[in-house]
Amino acid sequence: MNSIILQLAARYIKALLMLFAVIALLRGHNHPGGGFIGGLLAALAIIYYSFAFGWQKTILNLRILPTTYISWGLGMVSLSFVPALLMQQPALKGHWVSIPLGIAGTLKLGTPLVFDIGVFMAVIGVTLLFFFTLIKNR
Amino acid sequence: MTAIVLPILVPFLFILAFIAIKSHRIAQALSIIGSSILLVLSLYLFFQVKDQGILTLNMGGWKAPMGITLVIDYFSALMLVVTAVIGLAITIYTLYYLPGQHQHTRFYVFFFALMMGVNGAFTTGDVFNLYVWFEVILISSFILIIIGHSKAQLEGGIKYMALNLIGSLLFLAGLGLLYGKTGTLNMAHLAEILRTDPQSTLINSSTALFFIAFGIKAAVFPLFFWLPASYHTPNITVTALFAGLLTKVGVYALIRFFTLFFVQDQSFWLSTMAVIAGLTMVIGGMAASAHYDIRRILSYHIISQIGYMIMGLAIFTPLAIAGAIFFMLHNMIAKTNTFLVAGVIHRSQGSFHLKEVGGLLKQNPLLAILFIIPAFALVGVPPLSGFFPKFMLIKAGIEAQDYLIVAAAVITAMFTLYSKIKIWNQAFLKKDPSSSQLNIRKSLWVPHLIPLIILALVSVFLGLFAATIFDYTMAAAQQLIDPSDYIHHVLNNQ
Repeated sequence: MNSIILQLAARYIKALLMLFAVIALLRGHNHPGGGFIGGLLAALAIIYYSFAFGWQKTILNLRILPTTYISWGLGMVSLSFVPALLMQQPALKGHWVSIPLGIAGTLKLGTPLVFDIGVFMAVIGVTLLFFFTLIKNR
Repeated sequence: MTAIVLPILVPFLFILAFIAIKSHRIAQALSIIGSSILLVLSLYLFFQVKDQGILTLNMGGWKAPMGITLVIDYFSALMLVVTAVIGLAITIYTLYYLPGQHQHTRFYVFFFALMMGVNGAFTTGDVFNLYVWFEVILISSFILIIIGHSKAQLEGGIKYMALNLIGSLLFLAGLGLLYGKTGTLNMAHLAEILRTDPQSTLINSSTALFFIAFGIKAAVFPLFFWLPASYHTPNITVTALFAGLLTKVGVYALIRFFTLFFVQDQSFWLSTMAVIAGLTMVIGGMAASAHYDIRRILSYHIISQIGYMIMGLAIFTPLAIAGAIFFMLHNMIAKTNTFLVAGVIHRSQGSFHLKEVGGLLKQNPLLAILFIIPAFALVGVPPLSGFFPKFMLIKAGIEAQDYLIVAAAVITAMFTLYSKIKIWNQAFLKKDPSSSQLNIRKSLWVPHLIPLIILALVSVFLGLFAATIFDYTMAAAQQLIDPSDYIHHVLNNQ
């Protein structure tokens, strides 16, 4: 499809969806959201972009291939096992650090976030892989 | 025990490594290293369990029944070790028998995914987590079936996937009902609730769904159709791996569920199982004797042997359950080994069809011995590994006065003997048929037979040290029949 309106809108909507995906990822530990939903949203942004500009251009514009996303995502997931294993605690036990940021409150970072980012990347990779495989063979 | 998670985590790390690796030489070396690590690890856990009793680990530090608990008791520990032994034999086998070297790394990715799924299913103490591991097994095995992309493989793979997905669906439905009724999915917690529940009939709807779901996975009569439809299509390495592991995970789940918490209306469920076990044995055995493709004979054979394991569960005495566990142990090893022999026959003669092969006894006496050991073990000839579990099962059957199922077991042993003798006569004794001279033949060296030798030795040792294994399986059966120890360890951990 070659519609100017769609193409113009797609640029902004893609950015918005990406931002929303990251927000969903970050709030996911205690609220609805998380790596899986965030990953789907991010993949959706790219898929939406490909509707406007065609999948060939979208693949060319991808800086990271879907399979690379999957392997890096799985790598992140396995990283989140490391702290608990080193401290001889049950696997996947959460470890948190709080960083005070002055007026902005405190930033809580922990191993569940690492796990979530891993899931996020793996889900993006898998969804895009499905999508591009199906649309190529159409 | 933090080490409990390692049988799941180590295959996961190897999956990552195989995604990154392109060279098939490095992948082959790494796969053998990975399988060896898994074997060492499972042996370590086995001896830990033997020393300290049941081991548990609450994932993420969330206590049972809130979080997911990993539990290893005697039964799981034994299954982990057998899985690792089979995994090692298969990875050595892939060095010579997996065609298409560019596909090696992909094969290993899903091989380790399958190992991760099987290990996860054997260690988990949570019903939903078990479902997840079943899905991991299903997806990775589907990909293993269709590696090679021939038309027959795709057809077999789709049948396999479709029929197993029905099983998964029923599993999920039963799981939902169970959670609605009890509010928990932790197996020990379920046992605590259901064993003291007066309204036991309400649970039967979930029991039926689980029974059918695991029946499909374990390939019992009349739910076994996916197995003969798909097992003869993939590469023989893959079939051997599946023969050792896949259906046995279903049997494991049946034994675990029906000893731990589905103990209401036991008379009904156990008599149903006895009927199904008898029919599975006899029909599997009869179907096996009707075929001439070695892979099909052996596939139907898997089904008939599943009947023996279900028979042990159906009789439900400590001796019978111990017999079923011992039988699983022996069967996983010997069954994989017969498929590996079939692969060697294919390599040296270019065919799986009994009419097109022959003369192997003269060509390769060592292979003949390596066939005789697992074949006779499966028939149940002493002193090989199959004799003792069959003896235990039949003795338990006579003690429980279940004469019909004992008769079925004895008759099935005859069918087994018949089909093994058929393979022996056709492939080993018969003269080499001239038509197959056209096929490309490859010579065999001893290195090609190493995995067969390992598994044959295991079969022999299982027979020679049957007393030790008998004691161990009896202890495992006691743990299963009286699960208070299991419940206590899971719920009062830390």
